[in-house]
Amino acid sequence: MPVEHKPLFARPVDHEEGAPFLDVSHVTLRYDGHTALEDVSFGLSAGERVAVVGPNGAGKSTLFKVIAGVLDPTAGQVRVAGHCPAGHICIAFVPQRSQVDWRFPVSVADVVMMGRAGRLGPLRYPGRRDRESVRACLQVVGLADLANRQISELSGGQQQRMFIARALAQEAELMLMDEPLTGLDLPSQEQILDILDALRARKVTVMVATHDLNLAAERFDSVLLLNRRVLGFGRPAEVFGEAQLREAYGGHLHLVPTTGGTIVLSDTCCEGHE
Amino acid sequence: MTVVLDGIVAPLRYAFMVRGLIAVVIVGIVCATIGSYVVLRGLAFFGDALAHAILPGVAVGYLMSGGAQGPVFLWGLVTAVLTAIGIGAIGQGARVKEDAAIGVVFAGMFALGIALISTVRSYAVDLAHFMFGDVLGVAPTDLWLTGALGAVVLLTILLLYKEFMVLCFDPVLAVTLRLPSTLLHYLLLVLIALTIVSALQTVGVALMVAMLVTPPSTAYLLTRRLSTMMFLGALLGALAGVVGLYLSYYISIASGAAIVLVSTAFFAAAFVFAPHKGVLRRRLRREAS
Repeated sequence: MPVEHKPLFARPVDHEEGAPFLDVSHVTLRYDGHTALEDVSFGLSAGERVAVVGPNGAGKSTLFKVIAGVLDPTAGQVRVAGHCPAGHICIAFVPQRSQVDWRFPVSVADVVMMGRAGRLGPLRYPGRRDRESVRACLQVVGLADLANRQISELSGGQQQRMFIARALAQEAELMLMDEPLTGLDLPSQEQILDILDALRARKVTVMVATHDLNLAAERFDSVLLLNRRVLGFGRPAEVFGEAQLREAYGGHLHLVPTTGGTIVLSDTCCEGHE
Repeated sequence: MTVVLDGIVAPLRYAFMVRGLIAVVIVGIVCATIGSYVVLRGLAFFGDALAHAILPGVAVGYLMSGGAQGPVFLWGLVTAVLTAIGIGAIGQGARVKEDAAIGVVFAGMFALGIALISTVRSYAVDLAHFMFGDVLGVAPTDLWLTGALGAVVLLTILLLYKEFMVLCFDPVLAVTLRLPSTLLHYLLLVLIALTIVSALQTVGVALMVAMLVTPPSTAYLLTRRLSTMMFLGALLGALAGVVGLYLSYYISIASGAAIVLVSTAFFAAAFVFAPHKGVLRRRLRREAS
């Protein structure tokens, strides 16, 4: 039974009935003579949860920026609910924590309120309804008590959850999360994955870039193995074949066969310079 | 007590002093408010460069009118806006590193301005006015122009506060919210240009960046909210203007320099004593832990 989603304000473009939720077809992106993405094609239906895995420099962040309409592809096209991304305000890009100025003078609630800016439109200040929305979104991610903290006072996991709340305040239906789990301890990772589980009920489609192949295999509906090109897309068991992983990672990966299956040890690390 | 009061009231006998005080208060408030975005978006060098780059425009207005304020203002305004947009375009095109490109444009324009002014015999005096301001020479019409430009800047910020905040904090979010990012960016640059022109007579080209950057940076050390940073910065900017002007009156030093020195002293005090971000507090905390 699909949950009907009613936006608070009219969105810029209507979602086309029956169109695939996300359709990426033959996307290529080149800059400075360097190919970041080559002929990338795949599609997602609403509410799916996908892990995007691949080595550093595989183009994960770039792919997200193309899907979000921040970068224009050199060739190919992206369609979200039948329209190009630039018409949507329901696509949220959750940045890597290292890309954020944590000393910026804003509180947690201020950042979440930023998500409302697109719905509010210009020349308008947030009203009661927006403040209620912010409070509700903070509650979903368990940060209601920290609403007035300056953002640098949060732990890594809390920072990440704040951005999820911002995406919720934006009423995002597609969340693109760039390495949200990198550098977090296991309980914090678990908390975020639990929140993503809860989002499933809201039909929010989530794409998560990650380095953790085991986690991708365990906690996601499907995985997209990327190294500039799509090397595999589908259920984790189908995609994570030895040959495909070797193609993606080359020598930076150790596959350890055990009685229970293959254990993957990845030694690409986590700073995410892309 | 009466001595102090007399000391404050006495200079107000002079109309030029009253005008000067009004000018520094307006300029202090406007510079610090837009300056908060300048600090947070890392545009300090842009602001400094832009202030210097308007010199040729000012010089042309000056040479054509023989020193009347109106044309100087107008030419300065046109040059500032065009240069702001030009520098913005260089940043977007990025064939050269952005700060290097700004450096090239700014030094070239500045040199052109000096060359133009040097064609006049009273070169040194005139150049000094543009470089360091002449707050006691503010005429009533200048005050109106400064006030009008300041009002435009403040009103725009009032209307687009949240949009500029998103742009400064997270440009990618601005794009995904489909805010007109490029337009907002240029608008911010133009607002900085308007502010610089409005403050030209008060502090001059050379010290302009201090008006834009120092009070908001002081406020930044004292608060964790952008709105508070703006209000506090405006208060500190205006206060530094008033204190600086009295200082220059009593100990006969250049007014622009006095204002900036007072502002810098405020910053130094906040840097050491600020309740959370101050050096002293941080050292104490480190020793406690």
